[in-house]
Amino acid sequence: MPIITADKLQDSYDVVIVGSGAGGGQTAYTLTMEGLKVLILEAGRSFDVQSEVAMLQLPSHAPLRGEKTPDKQYGFHDCSINSGWDIPGEPYTNANKEPENQFRWWRQRMMGGRTNHWGRITLRNGPYDFKPRTRFDLGFDWPISYDDIAPYYDRVEMLIGVFGTNEGLENSPDSSPGVLQPAPKLRVGELYAQKHGKKVGAHVTSIHRAVLTQPQDASTLPGKLHPGNAKAQSILADSMRTRSPCFWATDCHRGCAIRANYDSQTVHLRPALATGNLDILPNAMAREVTLDKQGKATGITFINKKDGSEGHAMGRAVVLAASSQESVRLLLNSKSAAFPQGLANSSGKVGKYITDSVSSSLSGHIPAFEGMPIHNEDGAGGPHAYVPWTRHAENAKGEFGFPGGYHLEFTTGRQMPSLTMLNGIESKLGHEGVLFGAKLKEEARRFYGCHLGFGAQGTMLPNDGSFCELDPELKDQWGIPVLRFHWKWTDFELNQARHQQQHIRELLEAMGGKVSAKSTTDVSKLLKKGGEVIHEVGGAIMGADRESSVTNQWSQTWDVKNLFMADGAPFASTADKNPTLTIMALAWRMADHLMDEMKKGNI
Amino acid sequence: MSTPDDLPRMDRRKALQWMLSATATMAVRDPSLFAADAPPVKAQGYGPDPVMVKVYKPGDVWPLTLTESQRRTTGALCDVIMPADETSPSASSLGVPDFIDEWISSPYPAQAGDRRLILEGLQWIDQEATTRFGKAFADLTLEQQTAICTDLAVAKPQAAHKKAAGFFKRFRDLTAGGYYTTPEGMKAIGYVGNMPSGSFEGPPVEALRHVGLA
Repeated sequence: MPIITADKLQDSYDVVIVGSGAGGGQTAYTLTMEGLKVLILEAGRSFDVQSEVAMLQLPSHAPLRGEKTPDKQYGFHDCSINSGWDIPGEPYTNANKEPENQFRWWRQRMMGGRTNHWGRITLRNGPYDFKPRTRFDLGFDWPISYDDIAPYYDRVEMLIGVFGTNEGLENSPDSSPGVLQPAPKLRVGELYAQKHGKKVGAHVTSIHRAVLTQPQDASTLPGKLHPGNAKAQSILADSMRTRSPCFWATDCHRGCAIRANYDSQTVHLRPALATGNLDILPNAMAREVTLDKQGKATGITFINKKDGSEGHAMGRAVVLAASSQESVRLLLNSKSAAFPQGLANSSGKVGKYITDSVSSSLSGHIPAFEGMPIHNEDGAGGPHAYVPWTRHAENAKGEFGFPGGYHLEFTTGRQMPSLTMLNGIESKLGHEGVLFGAKLKEEARRFYGCHLGFGAQGTMLPNDGSFCELDPELKDQWGIPVLRFHWKWTDFELNQARHQQQHIRELLEAMGGKVSAKSTTDVSKLLKKGGEVIHEVGGAIMGADRESSVTNQWSQTWDVKNLFMADGAPFASTADKNPTLTIMALAWRMADHLMDEMKKGNI
Repeated sequence: MSTPDDLPRMDRRKALQWMLSATATMAVRDPSLFAADAPPVKAQGYGPDPVMVKVYKPGDVWPLTLTESQRRTTGALCDVIMPADETSPSASSLGVPDFIDEWISSPYPAQAGDRRLILEGLQWIDQEATTRFGKAFADLTLEQQTAICTDLAVAKPQAAHKKAAGFFKRFRDLTAGGYYTTPEGMKAIGYVGNMPSGSFEGPPVEALRHVGLA
């Protein structure tokens, strides 16, 4: 079974999955390795990671030196095609006009989804992150604990390959022994922050990222991941042997032709296809989940984007992994007599409780780095270090004015120059006027590599003002009703952003940094808008009962037994960790449960 | 490439964006300061699914629009900003003027403001050169060129130079950015990455010593 066209669809599958990213990829992998017949519907086109990604191209090889345009909204060489905040023919709306109430929605319309384009930062949620109600008397406790998901974190990390160290930190869990790959050495800026950050309570340590720093252990990992399944072990071993470790050049956002970092196609879809149990239909825009008279899901109606025709794919179970809000949209657009408010929405909670990482950033110029001996700091195409949140005891009851915490991600190093790299050189080096000529060249050499910045990403608990619904009028180019978003920051997020700004400033100043001035009078202007971190989750949250949530602890909808969610939609809150690893761990756990239920005859 | 008779296909959203930016352009232009004609670009971008691995040159995707005379001024100004020295070449020898032309000829809304600013600025600087030294900017001595640029680069330019100073700052940013994003420019600034390697050894001891870490 391969990548197919609509006329090659089988009459029925065991499972139909919408979306080929982290959640859909992991689900397809888990199910097909166990012999289930699976179809993935992907709204974007096929994409060949090995031949299509631009790994070593320079900005001068791209139009406009690779700067962002409406066609390539993260820059020309970023591994995103047909993707963006604004996609022609695929609008969404915001209910409110105020800038701080805007939600921005990134869509990644290509095979592998957003896994083509991310920093590969793979942090585990910690025990507290699943129990905000217990800890802070706010938000909702998830119906699972850290112990329920920990074995799946181990499995995902072994499968995709994650470097990092075990630090024994509170609420930033260690991996089991032998799971992590060795962490790369830290760069000068990271080491310098490690030394001087101690003065302001910042604990700088190795980050966890899905990048291979050595070949995967193809002789033992497959046996651990698929005990008793010789075929799966053999397929996985073959797949692991085709992956090269990092060659220490180029930004991971460009994609990885040597397969050193994780993306869904490289790690999930290739072995899943090799089982012979997976069909993938690209260019298929899912429109509706179909139901039978008993209220069971029967499949997905989709638009074939090649010719605009409508098709239908049948399955014994349906898994939505279209990205959290696209999956929510599918539910809301699947109306029937039994579900007039949208599918699986007897609670009225579909679309509710959207959260995103609370993020602000600040950077500075570190004079100590001026005149640094020339050396190569490319490394593993992204950060090697980060600052985890360690102030749990101080903030046990939210004394800082916000629940949870935030971690800091680095921007540092002698990075590949970009068009805008020298903008602002005068103020940072203390010059008046505009430098040019020989003096500019001399100062540019002194200035280069001295930039150091931090982006914070923190906890957000759900609130009643951040949700989506169907726009009453607007439809997309295929006639599918679009989403209308409502977004609201509470004082918790604003307080957290103030804390982030103050802490980053202290940290930069502890390094002797000259901090770029930012006004803090209106803190909402410093926050990235809702959705802008591209970590939006929720909208079909899991919970303990069918009145207050959309799915149970298995991401299985309360209302429709054979309908599951495998993206960020079931998240009951956003932790101070990036969501992708947890999406994959939950998807694997969901897929195991789905197979159990099928074996028991419950589906 | 499109011509006025062959209007590019544009979706409605892009058309709207373009019209809005064009309107904004007209609204802020002050004819008492500059009278240069900066006709809007009529071309298409590379679309949402370009070949990423290809090596593009300015002019490959949309036509360049500087006249021969504007190109001479651009080249001369680029080289005052980024001259050759004993270790690295001049901006014009690295094709930076072509990049500037590509930038101001871009069909995307974000470059429309720079198009107006730079076309008007190039005209201003040639007029200034003629008024002060009786020749076009490209025909002046380096000393004369530098004198004009210095007036625009000072912390507090004269009132009459204010808009031209804004042009100079922006032109400098594009020239320097265009320069350091080339292989030779990267070498000049001390970027030695983008080299696949079997291992990552971390910072050398002399770099650690430089910041007191060794």
